Amino acid sequence: MPRSAPEPVQVVKQRRDAALRSLVEGVPYISFLGIEVERHGDELTAKLNYDEKLIGNPLLPAIHGGVTASFLEVTAMVEIMWATLWDDLEAGKIDAESLTSGAVRWPKTIDFTVDYLRTGLPRDAYARARVVRSGRRYGSVHVEAWQDNRERPIAQASCHFLMPRREPIDGAN
Amino acid sequence: MDPETKAKIARQFIEAIPFSRALNMKLDEIGNGVAMISMPYDERLIGDAHRGVIHGGAISALMDTCGGAAVVSHPESPGGTATIDLRIDYMRAATPHSRIIARAECYHITRSVAFVSAVALNEGEEAPIATAKGAFTVDPSRKGKG
Repeated sequence: MPRSAPEPVQVVKQRRDAALRSLVEGVPYISFLGIEVERHGDELTAKLNYDEKLIGNPLLPAIHGGVTASFLEVTAMVEIMWATLWDDLEAGKIDAESLTSGAVRWPKTIDFTVDYLRTGLPRDAYARARVVRSGRRYGSVHVEAWQDNRERPIAQASCHFLMPRREPIDGAN
Repeated sequence: MDPETKAKIARQFIEAIPFSRALNMKLDEIGNGVAMISMPYDERLIGDAHRGVIHGGAISALMDTCGGAAVVSHPESPGGTATIDLRIDYMRAATPHSRIIARAECYHITRSVAFVSAVALNEGEEAPIATAKGAFTVDPSRKGKG
């Protein structure tokens, strides 16, 4: 079978970036916290843009533990969602429009365990999540956040998700 | 320091935390290792736009703040605290347009570690939204909640 020509780079990037943007912009709490998600290939890095309202201890000062926890949970959730959608997105079965606000069925967090490892300093933070297992019903994700140095994480978390039921395509189960 | 003064200071302190203010948290009760903090429903905190449900992360933030307040209010606490770890179990989605109340209790404290359990509910409802268990530092040299 002859190989078809690879898609132009702009087409690939446009499709992936538009899908990611739809997904992230559909969640008000993500923009409230000032979180952006960057993409390289299928790898996502979440960025928490520092703002004064994120402070939890004005004397140190330090980022609020609840902000760090939220940042980790958001990163984990976007990651497992992204991993779930990737194949259908690449196959052209779904597009950015089908991922707009309200249309997306997000996984539900069952539990979330966060370890605070270092003080969150008043500056930007980054996070990456790894899907440890993604089953039909449950998913398990590990996520880490850091600031200046990737080797010195400020917090890590592991979470379990209840996966949304997938709609059967073309009536097939 | 008498408990009343301690409670007053704790209230001022918690309500001055920038992120607690951003979420409009209100300290409802504090003393003897127990704290109650609530926050109003806020569209900016929505995680599930389809159902208008507040994001779990915002509830974590409420329970974390409440846990820290419970530790600080314990009679044997010398002052500051920071979260070491926190596990949150989400039982159900928070009811839209309803106020969320967290209650935390510091049920054991040593010279170094405070143990906390917490629950989050909607105002006027009995079924918990989430429960949490955590360990917090007991640190006389650092003031406030990090």
